[in-house]
Amino acid sequence: METVLAILTGFMYAAGIYLILRRSLVKLIVGLIILGNGSNLLIFLLGGITRGNPPVIGENESMLTGIYADPLPQALILTAIVISFGLQAFAMVLLQREYVQGGVEDFDSIKEEEEAL
Amino acid sequence: MENELLIVLLIPLLAGIFNIFLWRNLSGQKVVFFVSTILMVLAAANLLNSVIINDVITLQSAGWEAPFGISLVADYLSALMVFLTALMGLIIGVFSLFDVDKKRMQFGFFPLFSFLLFSVSGAFLSGDIFNLYVWFEIMLISSFVLMALGNTKPQLEGAIKYVTMNIIASVFFLAGIGVTYGLTGTLNMAELSILINGVDDPNLILLAMIFFFIAFGVKSAVFPLFSWLPASYHTPPVAITAIFSALLTKVGVYAFIRFFTLIFNQESQFTDNLLIVTASTTMFIGVLGAAAQMEFRKILSVHIISQIGYLIMGIAIGTKMALTGVIYFIVHIIFVKSNLFLISGVVNRLKGSFELKKLGGVYGKYPFLGILFVISAFSLAGFPPLSGFWAKFALVLAGLEAKEYILVFFALITGFLTLYSMTKIWNEVFWKKDPKEEETEEVKEEEPVSIKLKMIPVVFVTIIILALGVFAEPVFSFAEMTAEQLLNPHIYIDAVLGLDQ
Repeated sequence: METVLAILTGFMYAAGIYLILRRSLVKLIVGLIILGNGSNLLIFLLGGITRGNPPVIGENESMLTGIYADPLPQALILTAIVISFGLQAFAMVLLQREYVQGGVEDFDSIKEEEEAL
Repeated sequence: MENELLIVLLIPLLAGIFNIFLWRNLSGQKVVFFVSTILMVLAAANLLNSVIINDVITLQSAGWEAPFGISLVADYLSALMVFLTALMGLIIGVFSLFDVDKKRMQFGFFPLFSFLLFSVSGAFLSGDIFNLYVWFEIMLISSFVLMALGNTKPQLEGAIKYVTMNIIASVFFLAGIGVTYGLTGTLNMAELSILINGVDDPNLILLAMIFFFIAFGVKSAVFPLFSWLPASYHTPPVAITAIFSALLTKVGVYAFIRFFTLIFNQESQFTDNLLIVTASTTMFIGVLGAAAQMEFRKILSVHIISQIGYLIMGIAIGTKMALTGVIYFIVHIIFVKSNLFLISGVVNRLKGSFELKKLGGVYGKYPFLGILFVISAFSLAGFPPLSGFWAKFALVLAGLEAKEYILVFFALITGFLTLYSMTKIWNEVFWKKDPKEEETEEVKEEEPVSIKLKMIPVVFVTIIILALGVFAEPVFSFAEMTAEQLLNPHIYIDAVLGLDQ
C-alpha cells in the first residue's frame, strides 16, 4: 500500500509541476490543485499508514490499547484541504477577471502586453 | 500574564469582523480601525514589556499541555516583531487615509488590513509549525485580496504571479511539515527541537530542511525564488505596497531565524554553504536588479530583495554578533523601506507619476520632502550616524570575526551599489529640472492641506529613523539580548514544555 501511495504522490507532483509550467492559465489552476493534493497525500503517507481501530478510548479503559490509527495527519490534511480550497477559489476568480478584462488566456500574451506598455 | 498574548491577536481579529458588519459605513470603519490599531499598539507594547520581565511567555490554548495542544509563544524576537507590526499598521493606516481611493476603501480595505495585522502577529507568536502554516495562509489570502483590490489590469497581472508563487510555496511548506511529522511525530517547535536530534537519518532531516527553505525562501524573496516580488509589488496603491514591504517578507525572514536557530541548529556544512550562497547572490542580484529599473517604486521593490540578502547573511554567520545585527537590521529596514515607499507616494501625488523620466524638480519646490528622502535613502545605503550604518557595521564586523570574507565582500559592494540607486532617484526625481515645466505645461498642483496631512506619517517615521541612528545603544542592547536568547534555545524549550517549573 505504501509503495502504491508513494508512486501516486510522485506522479501527482510531476503532473502538477508539468501543468504549472505550461503557458495556459487554466492548466495553471489545475496544476496547483493537483500539486496541493499531492502534498496532502504525502502527509497522509508519512504520518504512517496503520490498519487498526479508531483512536477512541473504550468505556472501561483509561488508555488506548492495541493498534490504532493516528488521527493527527488526517486532521492536518482536512485543515489543508479547506485552506487550499479557499485559495484555489480566489485564484480561479482572479484568473477569470484577468480573462474577462484583458482577454488573456496564457502567459505569453501577458508578456506581450507588458512589452507594449 | 497569558492574556497579554491573546489580547494582541484578538483586537485586530474583532476589529476586522466588526468592520465587515459596517460594510456600507465607511466612516464607522475608519473609527473602528484606528481605535483597534491604537489599542493593538498599546497591547503589543504591554506584551513586549512583560516579555522583558518574564523572558518567555507561553499560552497553551484551552489548557492542553504543550506538545499536545496549540502553543502561542512570545520571546524577545516575537514580541519585538509584533510590536513593529502594530506600529507600522498604525502609521501606514494613517497614510492610507490620504492615499487609498474611496472605491478601494468601500470594498473592504480596512477589514482586510486588520486581518493582515492579525495574521502577521499570529505567525510571529505561533509555537507550532502547522499553526505557522495556517497563519501564513490567512496572511496570504488577506494580502492576495489587498493586492488585487481595485481590479486594475497591472494589479491583476501582478496578483496572478504573486498568488501562483505563494501557493507553490505553501505546498512545499506542507510537504516539509509532513516529512517532519513523519520523522519525529510532533509539530510543536520546542519538542521538535529536542526530538530532531534523535532522528537517525541526516538525509531526511536535510530533505525537510530543503522543503522549509524553499517555502520561506519564496515568502522572504531570496535569490532564485524572488521573481514574484518585482512583478507585483509596484502595482497596488503605495500604502498597500508599504505595509507589504514592512511585514510580508519579514515574516519569511522571521521563520528562517526561528527554524535555523531552534530546529535546524545542528552543525551542517551543507546548510551553512546553502545560506552563504543564498545570502551573497540575493544581496548582489537584488541590488543589480534595482540599478536597472527606471521607476520609483520598482527600484524600491527590487531593493527589498538585496536587504533580505543582508538578513540571510546574518543568519548564515549565526554568531551572537551576527544575530544582533540581524535583529537591528530588521527594525531599521522595516522603518526605512516603508518610509521610502511613503515618500514615493507623496511624490506621485504631487507630480502624478512614478516614472523617473517624467519626474523632476521636487527639491526646488518642496525642499523639506527632499530632506526627508535623503535621510531615509542615506540610512538605507548605510551612512553614519544613521541606522543603516550601525546595522551593516554589526553584520560586517560579525562576518570578519567569523572569517566569512566572501559574504563581507558582497555586503560592502551591495552597500555601495545601493548608494548608486538612491543617488539615481535623487538626481532624477529631486534634482533635475521638471521635464513638464520645459514643455510649459500646467502642472497639476494639489491643495497643500492634504499634502501636509500625508506628510505626518512620513515625518513621524523619519524621526524614528533618526532616533534609531542617534540612540542606537538601547536598541542594540535589546537586539543583543534577543540574539542571546535565540542562541540558547533551551530557554524557549523549557518555557514551552513547562520544564522550568
